[in-house]
Amino acid sequence: MRIARLTKTSEEATTAQEPDLGGLDYLIKKYKGKKGNLIPLLQGTQEMFGYIPKTAFEKIANETGLNLSDMYGVATFYAQFRLNPVGKHVIKVCHGTACHVQNANSITDALKEALKVDDGATTEDGLFTLESVACLGCCSLAPVMMISGETYGKLSGGSTVKIIKNIRLQESN
Amino acid sequence: MQTTVTVGLGSCGIAAGANKTYEKIKALQLAEGLDFRLKKTSCVGMCYREPLVEITDDSGTYLYGEIDENRAIELLDKHINQSSPVREWVVQTDLFDASDNDFARSQVKIALRNCGFMDPESIEEYQARNGYNAIRKIAEEKITAVDVIQTILASGLRGRGGGGFPTGMKWKLANNNKSPEKYIICNADEGDPGAFMDRSVLEGDPHSILEGMIIGAYAIEANGGVIYCRAEYPLAIKRLNIAIDQARANGFLGKNILGIEGFNFDIYIKEGAGAFVCGEETALIASIEGERGMPRRRPPFPAQSGLWRKPTNINNVETFANIPWIITNGAAAYAAYGTEKSKGTKVFALAGKIKRSGLVEVPMGSTIRDIIFKLGGGIQNDKKFKAVQLGGPSGGCIPEYLADTIVDYDSVNATGAIMGSGGMVVMDETTCMVNIAAFFLDFTQKESCGKCTFCRIGTKRMLEILTRITEGKGVENDLQTLEELSYQIKDNSLCGLGQTAPNPVLTTLKYFRDEYEAHINHKKCPAKVCKPLLTYRVVDDACTGCMVCAKNCPANAIDGERKKIHFIRQEDCIKCGDCFTKCKFNAIEVI
Repeated sequence: MRIARLTKTSEEATTAQEPDLGGLDYLIKKYKGKKGNLIPLLQGTQEMFGYIPKTAFEKIANETGLNLSDMYGVATFYAQFRLNPVGKHVIKVCHGTACHVQNANSITDALKEALKVDDGATTEDGLFTLESVACLGCCSLAPVMMISGETYGKLSGGSTVKIIKNIRLQESN
Repeated sequence: MQTTVTVGLGSCGIAAGANKTYEKIKALQLAEGLDFRLKKTSCVGMCYREPLVEITDDSGTYLYGEIDENRAIELLDKHINQSSPVREWVVQTDLFDASDNDFARSQVKIALRNCGFMDPESIEEYQARNGYNAIRKIAEEKITAVDVIQTILASGLRGRGGGGFPTGMKWKLANNNKSPEKYIICNADEGDPGAFMDRSVLEGDPHSILEGMIIGAYAIEANGGVIYCRAEYPLAIKRLNIAIDQARANGFLGKNILGIEGFNFDIYIKEGAGAFVCGEETALIASIEGERGMPRRRPPFPAQSGLWRKPTNINNVETFANIPWIITNGAAAYAAYGTEKSKGTKVFALAGKIKRSGLVEVPMGSTIRDIIFKLGGGIQNDKKFKAVQLGGPSGGCIPEYLADTIVDYDSVNATGAIMGSGGMVVMDETTCMVNIAAFFLDFTQKESCGKCTFCRIGTKRMLEILTRITEGKGVENDLQTLEELSYQIKDNSLCGLGQTAPNPVLTTLKYFRDEYEAHINHKKCPAKVCKPLLTYRVVDDACTGCMVCAKNCPANAIDGERKKIHFIRQEDCIKCGDCFTKCKFNAIEVI
């Protein structure tokens, strides 16, 4: 999961529009000089942009005195942080133990097939990012996925593809 | 009395559509001017019946299961308007034999005592259920810190996060290290896939965690409290924040708490960023300090030098949830449950191929078989019970023939599994044990922090071998290599993650060696799970040409017209098995 995200090239990041970093000033002001501030700073940045842009790393490092290599080290250590932009809808397919024994792999396979993307990647139209996550804690509804905060349970390959089609349809209207 | 209608709004309930049910009931109440009090609660543990709606009126209490929006309309009409309860939807009641009455009756709820019985966002309801009476008792009866620790020691409570270290002993060590600055941390970084009991307590009864921490802080003389909670649990974080504000406003947090001179204590929440290794105490501390969550060598132990180099005590969510009950009811009442060395109760998260998946709390010493078959209702579709996985990635698989093992720390350890946090994932004959071992190794391999060579590289090599076996490319001495690597990783890793990572492989090798051998020697997956070893085919004689398989195939790999025999194009088949499960005529075979 984490590995898939890291080995991706940053082409998408460079082609995307340069993000406006103005919003970071408030965050930097809030956390500057406080001990243990690195993770909250990164979490706040990701909250704002959906990922942590390269330029944001540089701005935070310059203005707080934090070490750029430390920041990168922390950002790549934790599963939560993304270094590339994501699609409008992030599909998180649960691969916890309960979902695994209820065939979560077939859900990811069906999504890969339907979206024509690999695990960890974003569709060409920028609508979906496919991710695998460790456990969403809804084990009783396995297999489960979460799309933009909404949880879908007791899935099959077919029903998963239908859900994606419905979202596509809503988006095109 | 006024009728109350309560909707269960825990994460699993919401995922099953409980929010929609709640909104529907609210809208109907407004539109039709119905006279009842609408309340919210959290998970009562019956996840398999969500969304749950409880109605209490003059005649008694009725717990209704699987109430979606449509059923909600009918339920209100019949039960509220016509005062006639819908008996067939009732899952639990004291009034008559309902389908799931035995589920609650066979449990002893201490840690989960309030979950599903109160509004987790109301401090008043918590106090109405004896809440904050334990810390009040300490203040009023002027119980000393030493006596509090003595009570916890006498109760026999052991760490519920997985380690099983006596909580009272831990507190005593933390108390012994004097310092003007001390911390108590609640480990709510429930990263074990397949376990959700901590989430449920955090969402359902956040005040009991706070009270447990306040008592702990009093006992070890700490002034700072941190709850390290998974960021994946947004609802838990929201409810904890509400609870903390309420506790502050009511004088349970702050300065000179409840008039105890010099007892100053406050709590804040720290969101984790997703790393399983942060369940390890020293890694968790590093993460709170904003660094990579990598464990460090002990000693010094956190009790000597922990967060910000100050004495620190870390306990798990479920451990804290037990504390107020023990103080209120006494150590002997708690120790009355359980076995000689494992006292009290334990919460288990039942999941996998089990009929009633959800949360149960039972006395230590119950048998695994009773938990799965009496409480859990047995195996889905009445298939054959094969094994149960206990303890997540650090644990192991216990086979069916050892199902009469009792749950206590020592008995479970003797099987090669561990109690862990209490995730119980049930497996049936359609679960491949090699695949499960590979699944856990995949997890630990990704979650290894990389500090120790054996854990970092060893788990990767093990995963490669396991993957190879599941692809039908296993070779003869693979099993021997796996065992050698396992013991090397166990012996040469610094923290619990590495020391236990090989457990899933070692236990499956111990109990299901024949399955490994079938993969390696015969290139067959007996459970029919490992895709490279399978082929899906239409049985010509049985196919009726109903087109169900073709319609459901996510890869459009099935050709065929109505009433004609269908055909699976092997080159396009992704082997998801949907056709197999959807076919009503057993016309799809797996070979």
